Amino acid sequence: MKKLKITIDGKTIEVPENATVLDAAKTAGIAVPTLCHHPKLTPFGGCRLCIVEIKGIPRPVTSCTTPVSDGMEVTTSTEQLENLRKTVLELILSDHPNDCMVCEKAGDCTLQELAYSYGIRENRFAGERRIYEKKDGNPFLERDMEKCILCGRCVKICDEVQGVGAIDFTYRGFKSKICPPYEKDLDCEFCGQCVAVCPTGALTGKQWALKGRQRGVREVDTVCSYCGTGCNITLHVKDNTVTRVTSKEDTWNEGWLCIKGRFGYTFINSPDRLTKPLIRIKDRSSSLNSSNGLDDIFREASWEEAFDHIASRLSDIKTKHGSDAIGGLSSARCTNEENYIFQKLMRAGVGTNNVDHCARL
Amino acid sequence: MAGLAAIFGSGAMTNSIREIEGMDIIFIIGSNTKESHPVIANRMIKAFRKGAKIIVADPRRVPMVRFAESFLNLKPGTDIALINGIANVIISEGLYNKEFIDAKTEGFEEWKNSLKDFTPEHVEKITGVSKDEVIKAARLYGNSRNAGIFYTMGITQHVCGTDNVSAVANLAMLTGNIGRESTGINPLRGQNNVQGASDAGCLPNTYPGYQRVDLPEIREKFEKAWGVSLSSNPGLTATEMIPAAHAGKIKAMYIMGENPVVTDPNARHTIDSLKKLDFFVVQDIFLTETAQLADVVLPSTCFAEKDGTFSNTERKVQRVRKAVEPPGEARDDLSILMEISGRLGYKMEYNSPEAVIREFGQVWPAIGGITYDRLDKSGIQWPCPTKDHPGTEYLYKDGFAKDRVRFNAVPYTSPAETTDKEYTFVLTTGRNLFQYHSGSMTRRVEPIEKHAGVAYVEINPEDAKRLNIKNGENIKISSRRGAVEIKARITSTVSAGTIFIPMHYAEASANILTNDALDARAKIPEFKVCAVKIG
Amino acid sequence: MNKNITIQVCMGTGGMAAGGFEVLAAFESLMREKNIPAEFRKECSMHKVGCRGLCAKDVLVDVITDDRRTIYQYIKPEMVERIIDEHIVGGAPVSEWEVDEDYHKFHEKQVKVVLSDCGNIDPEDINAYIASDGYKAAEKIFASMAPEEVIDIMKKSGLRGRGGAGFPTGVKWEACRKVEAGQKYVICNADEGDPGAFMDRAVIEGNPHAVIEGMLIGAYAIGASKGYVYIRAEYPLAVERLKKAIAAARECGFLGKNILGKGFDFDIKIKLGAGAFVCGEETALIASIEGQRGMPRAKPPFPVHRGLWGKPTVINNVETLANIPYIIKKGHEWFSSYGTEKSKGTKVFALTGKIKNSGLIEVPMGITLKEIIYDIGGGIENGKSLKAVQTGGPSGGCITTDMLDITMDYESLAKVGSIVGSGGMIVLDEDDCMVNMAKYFLQFTQSESCGKCVPCRIGTKRLLEIMNRITKGAGKQGDIELLEKLSNDIKAASLCGLGQTAPNPVLSTIKYFREEYEAHLQGKCPAKACREMLTYHIIEEFCKGCGACLRACPAGAITGEKKKPHKIAPEICIRCGACFDVCKFKAVGKE
Repeated sequence: MKKLKITIDGKTIEVPENATVLDAAKTAGIAVPTLCHHPKLTPFGGCRLCIVEIKGIPRPVTSCTTPVSDGMEVTTSTEQLENLRKTVLELILSDHPNDCMVCEKAGDCTLQELAYSYGIRENRFAGERRIYEKKDGNPFLERDMEKCILCGRCVKICDEVQGVGAIDFTYRGFKSKICPPYEKDLDCEFCGQCVAVCPTGALTGKQWALKGRQRGVREVDTVCSYCGTGCNITLHVKDNTVTRVTSKEDTWNEGWLCIKGRFGYTFINSPDRLTKPLIRIKDRSSSLNSSNGLDDIFREASWEEAFDHIASRLSDIKTKHGSDAIGGLSSARCTNEENYIFQKLMRAGVGTNNVDHCARL
Repeated sequence: MAGLAAIFGSGAMTNSIREIEGMDIIFIIGSNTKESHPVIANRMIKAFRKGAKIIVADPRRVPMVRFAESFLNLKPGTDIALINGIANVIISEGLYNKEFIDAKTEGFEEWKNSLKDFTPEHVEKITGVSKDEVIKAARLYGNSRNAGIFYTMGITQHVCGTDNVSAVANLAMLTGNIGRESTGINPLRGQNNVQGASDAGCLPNTYPGYQRVDLPEIREKFEKAWGVSLSSNPGLTATEMIPAAHAGKIKAMYIMGENPVVTDPNARHTIDSLKKLDFFVVQDIFLTETAQLADVVLPSTCFAEKDGTFSNTERKVQRVRKAVEPPGEARDDLSILMEISGRLGYKMEYNSPEAVIREFGQVWPAIGGITYDRLDKSGIQWPCPTKDHPGTEYLYKDGFAKDRVRFNAVPYTSPAETTDKEYTFVLTTGRNLFQYHSGSMTRRVEPIEKHAGVAYVEINPEDAKRLNIKNGENIKISSRRGAVEIKARITSTVSAGTIFIPMHYAEASANILTNDALDARAKIPEFKVCAVKIG
Repeated sequence: MNKNITIQVCMGTGGMAAGGFEVLAAFESLMREKNIPAEFRKECSMHKVGCRGLCAKDVLVDVITDDRRTIYQYIKPEMVERIIDEHIVGGAPVSEWEVDEDYHKFHEKQVKVVLSDCGNIDPEDINAYIASDGYKAAEKIFASMAPEEVIDIMKKSGLRGRGGAGFPTGVKWEACRKVEAGQKYVICNADEGDPGAFMDRAVIEGNPHAVIEGMLIGAYAIGASKGYVYIRAEYPLAVERLKKAIAAARECGFLGKNILGKGFDFDIKIKLGAGAFVCGEETALIASIEGQRGMPRAKPPFPVHRGLWGKPTVINNVETLANIPYIIKKGHEWFSSYGTEKSKGTKVFALTGKIKNSGLIEVPMGITLKEIIYDIGGGIENGKSLKAVQTGGPSGGCITTDMLDITMDYESLAKVGSIVGSGGMIVLDEDDCMVNMAKYFLQFTQSESCGKCVPCRIGTKRLLEIMNRITKGAGKQGDIELLEKLSNDIKAASLCGLGQTAPNPVLSTIKYFREEYEAHLQGKCPAKACREMLTYHIIEEFCKGCGACLRACPAGAITGEKKKPHKIAPEICIRCGACFDVCKFKAVGKE
């Protein structure tokens, strides 16, 4: 691809010809504030924070939408630009609940961060705020549209990436709002991509509520345990509990997840989890879902007892019927290491090739 | 998987997910990608936004059809006829890749002759896909030199699954659409680590790294590596073990993290078989439907509670990291397995999961270059034989395992069970977006269960009207093997004469109804077609 | 009895609203009833014609005999019989119904280019247009001109976009011509949305073929094979006439494949706008045609490079396009003989407000505002005095009485902080409050903001809130400065023309009528127009105690016995002014 030379804040750099001015600024290591831009989505140009001055163009233009041209001279920060940015931020905040103390997003909120860095305390433009009745019946996404700044990221990701288009801009003027058709309850794939790209607290996970924000939360990068795609995920852990699942933008899956990957994590802390070895006390011929409950069928045992029991029974059967009377099914849920050891257990420990897993199912 | 490996040398996806973006034709057959592999579907949509054209072949109007240039709405189990028909058109219109065929393949003429009967008209009769649609799809695929084929269980879960795969392979070979970037054949893995479990040798016929147990020199290699003598008897597949248990040949089973009562076909038969075992151990995180039948249940750990690696569908080995402590006395699976092995007289001692993968890399060089250290930065796609090897994004860049790949003539055979006077509907099964596999995890996630916690059967509006079935009404579906009571969901997603039940719901599982007939070679059951009746 | 008689009935929207359809029907049935000989009726043709400008005098009927044209005003169906008896049969015009001097003065200083055929030809009959040299321009370019030559003529003519921005049409075409692409588009922007503007509507209703021919010429010049007319659905008559015209043009081979046998393909589709003002902005208009919500996109890239469906697209306004056939036919020298150095040709204005002759006018660029107001417009209604003229609608600004000698052209208007815009011209008199007027426009732009960008969506809302409190008498010190600051920031930071110009009425009124704002801050509306700042009271000496105000008051604020002076309770009064309007004795005072 052709490279173009452009000058930003006095720095001359080379960028590919399809780059935007914002891309170029990034290349030059210059931070330009923005709320609506997302690198994985088509440019929007709505928040107006990324405005820059370009020699030869009489008015400020948004750097996220402006393609570079050869020899372009860009200034990203002047008194006038910073004034405009401050006005824009004040305007956004004048229509925002500003309830950061109780906001799920506090500490991880782009709007909050910008308000902080521009030192906005008083608001010259204080006025009417949009008040909406909450009516989201879905169990996954919390949509607090009063916090929505209409950056359009959720609309774009739902359409461009997810191919669903469950939401769009509606109404006009100050009443403009992002919502599902006819303001019905959200009915979509619940992938939560919109949550992932929302720069404010307008969209959050319902399950996240009151489980902890940043303080005391540890992040662990790992891999999703559902389908074979193997999306990279980050587990947010607090008090030995996974409180949230996210995916980073720079992962190979570009930060995109599906409903299961993003919201299907609470099984980890399910009260149904097995916590002790169990040994059968009742004959197996009894029906599967015994009405008397499982306590009649199993008793808890120590690991030592369980291991002993297993070793002696397997040894017996092996002696009596031969190794090939024993079969093992390993798991596509388990790790490579565990699978390796499982087949080794069957082959080297038990002495049979009767080992398989659910690849066919 | 077995089918693909026999032809090209490996059963894995030949491309990377990233490469989807560069494809100009995406041919999805027997894969409900948007629901079963949503994030891969995102890539396909990205390609679509860049101008790629999408062909979808499926008995159901799956969500990806929204993006399809061509939708081949075939009758369940008629894939071979459809694919052969497409190949036939490509040949007759001269859209095939002669250079590739001459240089890299064998058996072309013979195979070509086998296609003669598969005219678009004939194919229309078998598949229900109009001849114009067949021709259109053939032209789309045939004119592309950067096409990717994607399939999942919709291809493999048939008695003719291996043949289905061969037919798909023929199509790629015919057009030379394999062995290049953004060009290839891609079976999408349904589970997080099916690839890894297969790689690691949890297959009855191969040791780790697909090294055949029936070859003495291989067996000797492993005997030497593991310091033990190994059985030369061929093992049984999972789908063979269950009948073997029923027949009393298998006396004991050890199942780690699987739930065959829900996921295997013909559930009643599965339960009966497991009940016949003398001894049955299940190691799991929940007391699953299968675990409830066990003699001993061992509490183990989930992915968030342990370190290790998963290998995803594109052969990428990625690091799994421990985030939380397991509940109660639950133990990590490695230590459980090592303990039992020791008590059976074969001591295994690894001080960390990494030590295991190190040994794995020694017996299978394809992952020999992968270390945890390297994985800290990002996953690595095998083959990766050395520490400085970057991994392999797409397979067969430098040719196939054998010099030439062979075209295999595949005759069309009808499914094992077809409709008759009594069982007038075809049942096909699969997943939905919200639940996962046997549901042991997702059904314990409250919001998911709240949103999608009720089993349902999809039935075409025409059929519903004829049988006077209302949306949401509970109806009885029965096959020769069992019956379920299930809520009707009236939708044109399914065609008239076909119904669909997702596999996830144990209380009304599709697998109470499904047929346990197996593909002769891959031993995969025919989940995707069986005959049922309503009422 | 005269031999050749043509009867023309004005059937523009104004004419139809005044009863034009009924008048035409009366002519038709009475002619038949009165048994006027068949051979005569063949010679006598009746036409509906488009708007002729002076809508205030509708229904206008022209009776053209061999030797003269008689124009009747305010015609109602019941008047038709007398016209037939006395004028058509008897040969003597009904002089008392003929138009007065105003009508002639109204037309005297106008120059009709775009509107030259409007009001003279039947807009629903392509043959009428052809008979008036219609499609001759298209024939001319297809016969003898290369696209580059057409562009050259447009550039030399000096024609500038009539939609508001005034960008040279030829330059725009040339830029689009130069882009290499398989598909290009011509779009006619007929999404006229300024309050009080009806120029484009009149042109399409009166002469749709001129617009079609203009689009065809544009398409030929840039190499486009498809065109769209984006027109508001609120213009049903214009839409219907346009549909008929497109069908007729297609039938006559002026649209479709192989036009005039010259191997050029071009066809036009109509897209109806859903009443969003912002869709008049070209990128929003494109989004709307594409089926997206009509939200503007950032420029650059400009539509000539990446427009509809990402293809090079020229968007011209109705009036611009309607100029084009005449320029091609009569030459660029003829066209550029009108106007000023940088603003060539004529401009159509919709003259409304407190003006005597409100209606549609076409004047040469460079005419003075004074000439428009007093010569063409006939001055201010009811003997009031002129206060200001708002041009350019909600995006424009005001011109004060001491600037009446200003010439109407792009440069002069820009110099005083207003714009030509699409051509709205609202005349304000002493009863109009400038603050209130600016608030009105702001209310309009705020509610029409698409919501995409922050300065427009929230900024105009905040401006409006400040204006609201000022006009309620609740303004604070510093509000004027805050208005200026916010206005300037909105102009600088907004995404599209809507936001970039929305504060203009505010800035312009502050500039020229700052004292009115200050008076409001002191609690007074000098024009006594801001309702919330008024108090109504009864002037006892005039009050006859008739009870009219008492009955009219919706709030029950007025009390009083018959024949005795009434009283208004200020705490109940809602300041609606009903009592003021209803009192015959001027006994209600407001302050």
